[in-house]
Amino acid sequence: MTGRNKVWVVVGLLLALGIVAPFTNSFVILLITRALILAILAMSLDILLGFAGLPSLGQAAYLGVGAYLTAILATKYNFGLGWSFWLVIVLGILLGAATAAFFGLFAIRASGVYFLMITLAFGQCVWGLAYRWNSMTGGDNGINLPGRPAFGIQLANDVTYFYVVFGFFVVSLLMLYVLVQSPFGRSLEGIREREVRMRILGYNTWLHKYIAFVIAGGFGGLAGVLWAHANGHVSPEDVVLTTSVDALLMVVLGGPGTLVGGVIGAGFVVFLREYLSTLVPWWQYVLGGVYVLTILYLPGGLMGILERIRQSGAPFDKPEAAKKPAT
Amino acid sequence: MIVKSSRTLVAGGVAIAIGLLGMSGAVAEEIRVGFIAPITGPFAQAGKDMVNGWEMYADEVKNDFAGATTKFILEDDQAKPPVGVLKAEKLIRQDKVHMIMGGVLASTGYALAPVSTREKTVYIAPVAAADDLTQRDADKYPYFVRTGWTSSQPTHPFGEWACEQGYKRIVAIAADYAFGYETVGGFQKTFEACGGKIIQKIWPPLGTIDFGPFIPTMKQDADAIFTLMVGPMSLQFPKQLAAAGNKKPVIGGGTSYDEFILPSMGDEVIGHISVLQYSAALDTPKNAAFVTKYREKYGKVPSYFSETTYTTGLMIREVMKQTGGKWPGTEEFVKLISAVKVDAVRGPVSLDDMRNPVHNIYIKKVERKKMFGYDKEELWNTVIKTYPNVSQFWKFGKTEFLKQPVYSRDYPPCKFCE
Repeated sequence: MTGRNKVWVVVGLLLALGIVAPFTNSFVILLITRALILAILAMSLDILLGFAGLPSLGQAAYLGVGAYLTAILATKYNFGLGWSFWLVIVLGILLGAATAAFFGLFAIRASGVYFLMITLAFGQCVWGLAYRWNSMTGGDNGINLPGRPAFGIQLANDVTYFYVVFGFFVVSLLMLYVLVQSPFGRSLEGIREREVRMRILGYNTWLHKYIAFVIAGGFGGLAGVLWAHANGHVSPEDVVLTTSVDALLMVVLGGPGTLVGGVIGAGFVVFLREYLSTLVPWWQYVLGGVYVLTILYLPGGLMGILERIRQSGAPFDKPEAAKKPAT
Repeated sequence: MIVKSSRTLVAGGVAIAIGLLGMSGAVAEEIRVGFIAPITGPFAQAGKDMVNGWEMYADEVKNDFAGATTKFILEDDQAKPPVGVLKAEKLIRQDKVHMIMGGVLASTGYALAPVSTREKTVYIAPVAAADDLTQRDADKYPYFVRTGWTSSQPTHPFGEWACEQGYKRIVAIAADYAFGYETVGGFQKTFEACGGKIIQKIWPPLGTIDFGPFIPTMKQDADAIFTLMVGPMSLQFPKQLAAAGNKKPVIGGGTSYDEFILPSMGDEVIGHISVLQYSAALDTPKNAAFVTKYREKYGKVPSYFSETTYTTGLMIREVMKQTGGKWPGTEEFVKLISAVKVDAVRGPVSLDDMRNPVHNIYIKKVERKKMFGYDKEELWNTVIKTYPNVSQFWKFGKTEFLKQPVYSRDYPPCKFCE
């Protein structure tokens, strides 16, 4: 069991973020919003990578279907710009999950590097659709959204939109936390550690992985809907392989199998890339350096730092740390 | 180990702090120009030419824009529209720029224009040529001004020119995105109006460098090949076409043979004919001076990417002259710059009522020769015909032209495709 203290730390940090964010400058709040959306995507991937041990390279596909659904409904049918925004959220989740349910039929049979390749291929299929299906997706031009929804409150206001995204983020974190703490989540971890043993114990491991895959797709779809409105523009460039790789790197950087790690990774990557890049031209070296150092010295990601501090004899939480199995 | 990574963090923190310090301190009459161009990635050469053109103009006038100075803030969009959008938001929100300028791809133009409307900031497009920004969508983007061109503007006269050469059947091969569709569309419209036939259209994806799958599918009974390439595609296509043993005449849109890539090309492009509003081989005293000076400074002939940002500087300075060096405000600036008429390097330039330039269009042939007193034989885009003062609507008339849909992969329909 993870320590109660840990939960309180996360709650405290979230509260602090919710309070501080509106007082940052108007560009930084955009970045925080983006980081939170990508954090949802990274957490969804962490369910696969960190808990079920499935390294997916196609997570951008679900972000893509969610984002394109939002953009197409908004521009072609003028739908989702009022109260129906909430309906679009539901549709986005469903479409993300449905896409994953379809891809999963083929992908879950494979494991390891083969799983990586199949998910990569599916991700590229979605990109191909976005790029070539001109009449629907606008091809390379992408789609410009007419503006953010308004239903009593104006989401066009960046602070308001931040709080909406923040809300979805907190709910996602909570749901995924409950999920990984549940017996289902435990059995996923068992599958990650030793699938054969779980099968012998009578678990339907295929079904477990499949369900995890579908759930991850649903959260990816949610991230997509929010992403479309955050940028006001959807482009095949959003669905491209780089986005999937980014999500993977965020999880690896933050620490797989921790949920919160993906969030930290997302924040780290977004700010290093989008903020540092406005300050220095050699930001790519910093980002690359951070990746390399993390992989060499912190196999547990940035979250691993906390673990190390604890193990090196920090006074708090010692008995918990001793009990905790290695992740 | 922990020490090591915390050191990187500290170093990062210091870097951020230094950057923050550098951003403060603005002067009253400083015009902040947010410049968005690809500095990394496959379109980096075009981006560099753009930056050089602007820089050269600012240096030439000693950054004196009728009393005001300009502050140039460069952001790299890697030629990706979503990155461009975020960079534009950064420039507007954080640097509080008076205008954003730049974007190379048509798709970037389509993505940035709504940002300018949303944030009520001037957006000047010296390169991004997406047709509808100054045509059917012009009303949606009141703060958008173009100092470059629309994609179909040069190919309208080019279609008629192709008829005059006696070409009857042409195969078009063009990059698969808005700029490609619009360039080919303009050509097809006028070429078919005077009796020509486009018998095939091939769309290799943007960034294709291996044309192996496309070249063999080209119809063999065509009179000529029309090509529209951008970025790294421009260099590869003629090479591979020549290697495949092509003997047909090759004609194309301006970016296929523009000087951003021409110095890297070989003899395989000699005799190829293209069309654009600028050529480095334009034989005017103004251009001779521009080319010589640019080459001295940057070691390379200027491309249209350099000329267009240079001319943009000239136009902005004209506006500032009228206001006496005071920033006139977003709406007033758009109004003033729309009325500016300049004698630019490319020739006379004025804007039409939809804020798109009216300028000369040059038909150019690649030749190996000496020019402007340089003692080496080099490839130059020799101007062989000039169409003066061409507007984006060519001879069709504005209302008539705007009735048709924007050129796309399927419009005009390929009636003669076999």
